[in-house]
Amino acid sequence: MVELALFLGLILLESVALIIAVLISVAFLIYFDRKVWAAVQMRRGPNVVGPWGVLQSFADLIKFALKEVIIPDGANKGVFVIAPIVTALLALSAWVVIPINEGWRVANINVGVLYLFAISSLMVYGTIMGGWASNSKYPFLSALRSAAQMVSYEVSIGFVIITVLLCAGSLNLTDIVHAQHHGLGTKLGLPASFLDWYFIPLFPMFVIFFISALAETNRPPFDLVEAESELVAGFMVEYSSTPYLLFMLGEYVAITAMCAMTSIFFLGGWLPLIDIPVLNWVPGIIWFLIKLVFVFFMFAMVKAIVPRYRYDQLMRLGWKVFLPISLAWVVITSGVLVYMGWLPS
Amino acid sequence: MAITFFFYLFSLAAIASAMLVITARNPVHSVLFLILCFFNAAGLFVLLGAEFLAMILVVVYVGAVAVLFLFVVMMLDVDFVELREGFLDYLPIGGVIGLILLVEMILLVGTWAIAPDLIAHTSTPTVGDISNTQAIGQVLYTKYVFFFQMAGLILLIAMIGAIVLTMRHKPNVKRQVIADQVARGPATAVEIKNVESGEGLQ
Repeated sequence: MVELALFLGLILLESVALIIAVLISVAFLIYFDRKVWAAVQMRRGPNVVGPWGVLQSFADLIKFALKEVIIPDGANKGVFVIAPIVTALLALSAWVVIPINEGWRVANINVGVLYLFAISSLMVYGTIMGGWASNSKYPFLSALRSAAQMVSYEVSIGFVIITVLLCAGSLNLTDIVHAQHHGLGTKLGLPASFLDWYFIPLFPMFVIFFISALAETNRPPFDLVEAESELVAGFMVEYSSTPYLLFMLGEYVAITAMCAMTSIFFLGGWLPLIDIPVLNWVPGIIWFLIKLVFVFFMFAMVKAIVPRYRYDQLMRLGWKVFLPISLAWVVITSGVLVYMGWLPS
Repeated sequence: MAITFFFYLFSLAAIASAMLVITARNPVHSVLFLILCFFNAAGLFVLLGAEFLAMILVVVYVGAVAVLFLFVVMMLDVDFVELREGFLDYLPIGGVIGLILLVEMILLVGTWAIAPDLIAHTSTPTVGDISNTQAIGQVLYTKYVFFFQMAGLILLIAMIGAIVLTMRHKPNVKRQVIADQVARGPATAVEIKNVESGEGLQ
């Protein structure tokens, strides 16, 4: 009994620590995102609150939390309030299985990849529920768009994940990182290095995963869900104050989780650039954060540079380009693995 | 101890949400409760040690099927007054079906016994040291590969059927051909004319 209580207490403590760490990182990543965006447009970006404006996100947090929550009269109140909570909760719960260093994760489950995939496929519910419950035209149209968009891009994400699984031979995220310790580079006789990571043999999949992750998290250029020129602000129109904050937070936490997934699947997680003593002294979490921030930087650059897609172009890209390519790559990868006898045992 | 607690938690939540699916007035609420029910079923799968099935249940049913379901239900314009109109006409047959179900439920619940260790006993033992995902794969792709492929084929046929039934080729619709657009260059897109001063274009 005491053991059980201790066990549950430890899990609770780990979870709370993880949530706090993720939220603080996300606060700074939002600031980083805005700074990158501003730099591309030759603006200054946030620079008032704190030194260089680094505390801007916290100022925004307090501002949102102190405003009045307005629930529209015709809204379906229960669903309206639950929707942002669902978004934020799901986004945070994805972080449970993500290993940020050797052995640093709250839950080491055998089907970690599937868990992440399930969570990312559930993220659409916050949007749909919020859009429908607002009882207003633009949010509803936005909810319909998001449902179709997210379901479409999940398909290609699924195939990309399958290719990674074929190479790694495990659904466990820690094992996938370990599998990238030896690969293409070590087969050529080189020491374990960045040449072993999956982004080189699976480069087309890396690109498809990156673009699908943009679409899955409703980031520009696929932010049709909240296209302000057509839909005002999409499903969030009727939301104010803390519910809006939860939506925004959930979105950014999901983006960060996608960046973490990209770095685990393709960039070797916490593995150092080259497996030599000097680089091995750097803790794994630093390597993981460098990779995560690098992927996030690419997300931010895409947002700054690429114009928004039209809806039919988005659907065409998902179904007619990504789906066939990723399906073909699954077949090619498994064929090569079987033919060369490289299948992980 | 903890497993028993979670078993009863998930089962009660599943039964309660299943009841709410049929009693909720708003069809969208019904679908949302259905999703909650799926979730609890996934939780029960996890307790049984079938984590692969649990995740697939969430990915396939909650993440894809229920989304499309919700999509359709949200767009329906349900008129509740109209729905109740034929209520009395259907009452006898509905009543008979309800009675049969009630008798069945009574027979089922009559044998109810509270067994706290149930979940521990019913969970399938893992074969050797392989994980349950590997175990499913080994059976599915060897012993049952024919049935597995057959199920996929049936789904494919259903999908093709749906597309054939709904696809219409409208002759007057202007369609975008990406290849043509990309292949366009200065030679085909721009026409250069030398305009004499004071003359203008004819």
